[in-house]
Amino acid sequence: MTATQERPSEEVEREIGRDRRRKEDQRLITGRTRWTDNLTLPGMLHLAMVRSPFAHAKIVSIDTSAAKAATNVVDVFTGPELGETLGVNINAWPITPEQVTPTHSPMPADRVAFAGEIVAVVVARTAAEARDAAELVDVEYDELPAALDLKSAAADEVLAHPDLGTNKSALWVFDSGEAGTGAPVEDAISKARADGIVIEREYRQQRLIPAFMEPRSVVVDPTGEQYVMYSATQIPHILRFALAATTGVPESKIRVIAPDVGGGFGGKLQTTPEEWIAWAVGRRLGKPVKYTETRSESLVSAHHGRDQWQKLTLAAEKDGTVTGLKVELLADLGAYVAIVGGGVPVLGAFMFNAIYKFPAYHFSVQTVLTNKTWTDAYRGAGRPEATYAIERLMDELAVEVGVDPLEIREKNWIKHEEFPFTTVAGLEYDSGNYEAATARAKEMIGYDELRAEQRRRRESGDPVQLGIGVSTFTEMCGLAPSRVLGQLDYGAGGWEHASVRMLATGKVEVVTGASAHGQGHETAFSQIVADRLGVAFEDVEILHGDTQVAPKGMDTYGSRSLVVGGEALVRAADKVIEKAKPIAAHLLEASADDLEFTGGRFSVRGTDQGMAIGEVALATFAAHNLPDGVEPSLDSDATYDPVAFNFPHGTHLCAMEVDTETGELRMRKYVCCDDIGNIINPLIVSGQVHGGLVQGIAQALWEEAVYDESGTLVSGSFVDYLLPTAADTISFDIDHTTSPSLTNTLGTKGVGEAGTIASTPAVVNAVVDAVRHFGVNDIQMPCTPERVWRAINGAGAGGSTEGAAMPHFGEAEASGTSEGGGAMGNQEQPGTSSTEGAGA
Amino acid sequence: MTRISLTVDGANVSDDVEPRMLLVQYLREKLGKTGTVIGCDTSNCGACTVHLNGTSVKSCNVLAVQADGAEVTTIEGLARDGQLHPVQEAFRECHGLQCGFCTPGMIMQSVDLLSTNPNPSEEEIRLGLEGNLCRCTGYHNIVRAVQHAASQGATS
Amino acid sequence: MIPVAFDYVAPTSVEDALAALAQHGDDAKIIAGGQSLLPVLRMRLNAPEMIIDLGKIESLRGVRDDGDAIVVGAMTPHSVVGSDPLVAEHAALVAKAIEHLADAQVRHRGTFGGALAHADPAGDLGAPALALGAEFVIQGAGGTRTVAADDFFVDLFETAIGEDEILTAVRIPKRTGWGAHYEKFVRVAHQWPIVAVAATVRVDGGSIAEARIGLTNMGSTPVRARAVEDALAGQPATEDAVRAAAQQAAAGTDPPSDLNGAADYRRHLARVLTRRAVLAAAGAA
Repeated sequence: MTATQERPSEEVEREIGRDRRRKEDQRLITGRTRWTDNLTLPGMLHLAMVRSPFAHAKIVSIDTSAAKAATNVVDVFTGPELGETLGVNINAWPITPEQVTPTHSPMPADRVAFAGEIVAVVVARTAAEARDAAELVDVEYDELPAALDLKSAAADEVLAHPDLGTNKSALWVFDSGEAGTGAPVEDAISKARADGIVIEREYRQQRLIPAFMEPRSVVVDPTGEQYVMYSATQIPHILRFALAATTGVPESKIRVIAPDVGGGFGGKLQTTPEEWIAWAVGRRLGKPVKYTETRSESLVSAHHGRDQWQKLTLAAEKDGTVTGLKVELLADLGAYVAIVGGGVPVLGAFMFNAIYKFPAYHFSVQTVLTNKTWTDAYRGAGRPEATYAIERLMDELAVEVGVDPLEIREKNWIKHEEFPFTTVAGLEYDSGNYEAATARAKEMIGYDELRAEQRRRRESGDPVQLGIGVSTFTEMCGLAPSRVLGQLDYGAGGWEHASVRMLATGKVEVVTGASAHGQGHETAFSQIVADRLGVAFEDVEILHGDTQVAPKGMDTYGSRSLVVGGEALVRAADKVIEKAKPIAAHLLEASADDLEFTGGRFSVRGTDQGMAIGEVALATFAAHNLPDGVEPSLDSDATYDPVAFNFPHGTHLCAMEVDTETGELRMRKYVCCDDIGNIINPLIVSGQVHGGLVQGIAQALWEEAVYDESGTLVSGSFVDYLLPTAADTISFDIDHTTSPSLTNTLGTKGVGEAGTIASTPAVVNAVVDAVRHFGVNDIQMPCTPERVWRAINGAGAGGSTEGAAMPHFGEAEASGTSEGGGAMGNQEQPGTSSTEGAGA
Repeated sequence: MTRISLTVDGANVSDDVEPRMLLVQYLREKLGKTGTVIGCDTSNCGACTVHLNGTSVKSCNVLAVQADGAEVTTIEGLARDGQLHPVQEAFRECHGLQCGFCTPGMIMQSVDLLSTNPNPSEEEIRLGLEGNLCRCTGYHNIVRAVQHAASQGATS
Repeated sequence: MIPVAFDYVAPTSVEDALAALAQHGDDAKIIAGGQSLLPVLRMRLNAPEMIIDLGKIESLRGVRDDGDAIVVGAMTPHSVVGSDPLVAEHAALVAKAIEHLADAQVRHRGTFGGALAHADPAGDLGAPALALGAEFVIQGAGGTRTVAADDFFVDLFETAIGEDEILTAVRIPKRTGWGAHYEKFVRVAHQWPIVAVAATVRVDGGSIAEARIGLTNMGSTPVRARAVEDALAGQPATEDAVRAAAQQAAAGTDPPSDLNGAADYRRHLARVLTRRAVLAAAGAA
């Protein structure tokens, strides 16, 4: 009757550090999945959105009568018809008290502020009929001038929201002189101008689209006592809070479920108009409703990322010792301030100084409203932009001084013996070893041999030139200490929650508030708990992503799940052990002080007496024989608020061949040595690194959200928004050094964003390095063959991308345009033909 | 409505469908074969890849009526008698998936690739999967998975 | 995304298909492999009332030997054409182009005739068809006519096929023993070519006896690089000679400017890629 678990510690392989195959995969590789769009509920109705073809326009009238009259259409709603039940989409991080924030109605009544904004919703019995009827909705618009270009918008030439009087949303400043964390930067720059080196550059962080593979989908089921929202979201808990806060439904009446979620990368860290509209319609009709976006809708309406201009001034002594860094950013918010919104560049504010010992630092960001799709977090959120800027600048400094780019970095970086180190941005880096990671990366790529080959190719005038790109990155992750978030005026805390439930059958249910969407939490978290409690990996079940199952949580983003959520797990598991100890002592008729817990067993020191924690769990469940005053439960919770950010680092090296005749690039080799502290599962880590690398490389080489002059997203489908394929990428060499984090029990550091943060500058540095002898010192991202070719031929870094797409599907013929430009972006706009001056 | 009859994952099925219904919608909405998913509207992503009469196609780019009389295999029909197909096993073994959304299409295309080229080079694998987008893995471990499956002799 | 509703017929003979076309006229659209048409329908960029599916007409499939030419049935899938031994022997350029056409799934489903009839100037088959001097067999109510490749491509998405006609086959004159190469320039693999060059050459004793070159996406239709062909005739198959001739590759072209490249960059690419394609075709790369 007693489920004895004989697992003597010396025979048990530790789970942490094992390359366990993932628990998640059995379902995913057989198609037994629960994507939101897979859900079908009795009586479920389907929604189709009517979207604006214009970037900026007054809504003169909306005639829904023909759509309402269509067969199997249940109803059609406009913004005014849903009224206050629509709620609003909120910004949770007003970065300054004065921030100018336009009200964001999920379905505005009077004016649209970007192409793709929803103006009406059709409800029908099938998705096809909803789409058909959406084309019958006749919207009359009065087009307004649109604020599109970021710099022009910052000058308030055209207003994105005329009633606000300005496009400038917020100016956020950090100055090391004022903060007392360093010297005034202007002094350092003046001195360098007189007797040193000043590097001044302006870099463009192009607009990107997260482009998770699963299009977003939402199902609202209002038929139970709790209204249920299923959503393809990264943030079920924040979503539930925001629904309650803005739609008047008590939080206790709301259940949010994030079922299988197909990737996010920050792109599903949002509360969306589509969710809010589905919520309002479901409540209004009392029937389950579903909305699943098409890819084209996703690209135009799900938030975008990056989109900054970076004005940079680096001061150094003649020998290359850095003395100051001044960063002035313009950041494009798009039409509205999204949930994190202007907080994204602020997350980068502490990272431009990176691993270098700058004595003086100044950062400012001006966030700007435009009539384009809103922007928010995308993998790395603020830190890739910062890392790009500083790692590009360090290469420029190396050239100026005339030394190898690794040498200039080593001269300025924090030495391993200097940790913990408080930076000029006021952060304390707990651990790291830049020397070790760099030495290993150089060895992996064969750095000196590549430099020799590079020289040979240059000297012989080879049409194929070779460049070697360096990125010695660090980042701050593990969002985030709540006190710091409070100081930054973020609207919530940064803790995470976990529960451990000991079942009578010896199984362990673990509840986490971190909601995975591909990261492998079920596997890695099982390993942590298995080790901590000394139970079998297979006996641990991880539950998440449903606010009725996991009622507390702050969700998954910012490389926080392991370093914050994992620590909560450890603490909850430790509480279980503490609760079990007096019960075990009682059952073993020993003193608790004489018990030790190893390998899942309580043993009485100096005897062969002992019992497994599963046995204690069963005895606790039976509760027949417990000590007086002890509750019959081992279940424990922990809510962990991190004391500090977490600072992974690494050295990334990229070898790139450039065909100087065409500008075509061929990546020959990419190696990285990352220090992410202790590793729970090396297989999962490798996947995070590989995937992160390719997203960062894709920013360097391929991806860009391009708008035309009328504000239509030209790269509005996967034909023109270029994601790389297997055929465009290479295999990577990755390795690790280990400097355990000192701020969490497991010594772990975040890895989810590291590859993306590190790789973009490594790649661009490699491209520029390959062609620098042609007089090139910058190539704007994405480094297209055309831009590379023009740079080689003396035409600078390359201007903006042409705002026109190839007309592959004959849409020119279909829509009557001569160029076909922008037609791809117009495809989701029913009623275009009936609107005044529509794109065609 | 048009009457169609076909074989899907070994079962004979027949339905009246609108001619405009895509094969992927038929699989998902009529047959409940939700293992096959839709990732785009331009046939770039390959997430919907199935086998139609023995070769891989993008089921978002085939009308259900065009599959009349055909034999369709989806990700849900790949395992036989409870035994995973070697390519499925290889994807798990090599961590060739993360969120898993592209995985059904990626596996179905990999099976097709190996059926015509049992011992592909890395370059042949990469080119063979050029019609399938993945946003999580960076493709590295997908390539490893196909190599692993090939080494296990997975040719059909 | 779901197409606008339409009616559908799948005739089993060309005659029945022509009758359906005659009956429905402008409201009808022919579907071959559907790999270009279905995305258009799904995005509602076009909304025909009737779809006529040629997929059940067996006579339109297959590759056969026809004396001095090979004949490719319009409904033959790319993957079948690309692996056909007759094609490999007598029209290697077609096989080379198909290797790079779209992706495996599309090659399984898309058809030779369908792609050519779609007449996307960025399509991979137009330039090889031009270079090889293919003839397009077009059937209408009044019978069958043959149109030379030079006359087939009229404009963007427009061909010599009449509204009441169907492309049934493509005759490709045999160029047995000719070297061939398709040089395609893309930013990512699943893209249409920004520019591509289809070159096939007859090398005789180290010299280029004859060269035929087609350019993809250098105008509203695929175009022949005749100036280069003329300049190459009789030249040695050397880097210098081919480089000189290839300088004329952009002559008379009118390439588009779009987010993949401006017109002047495309002209430059045409010159570089033509040199590479010809050298590779001549076995001298």
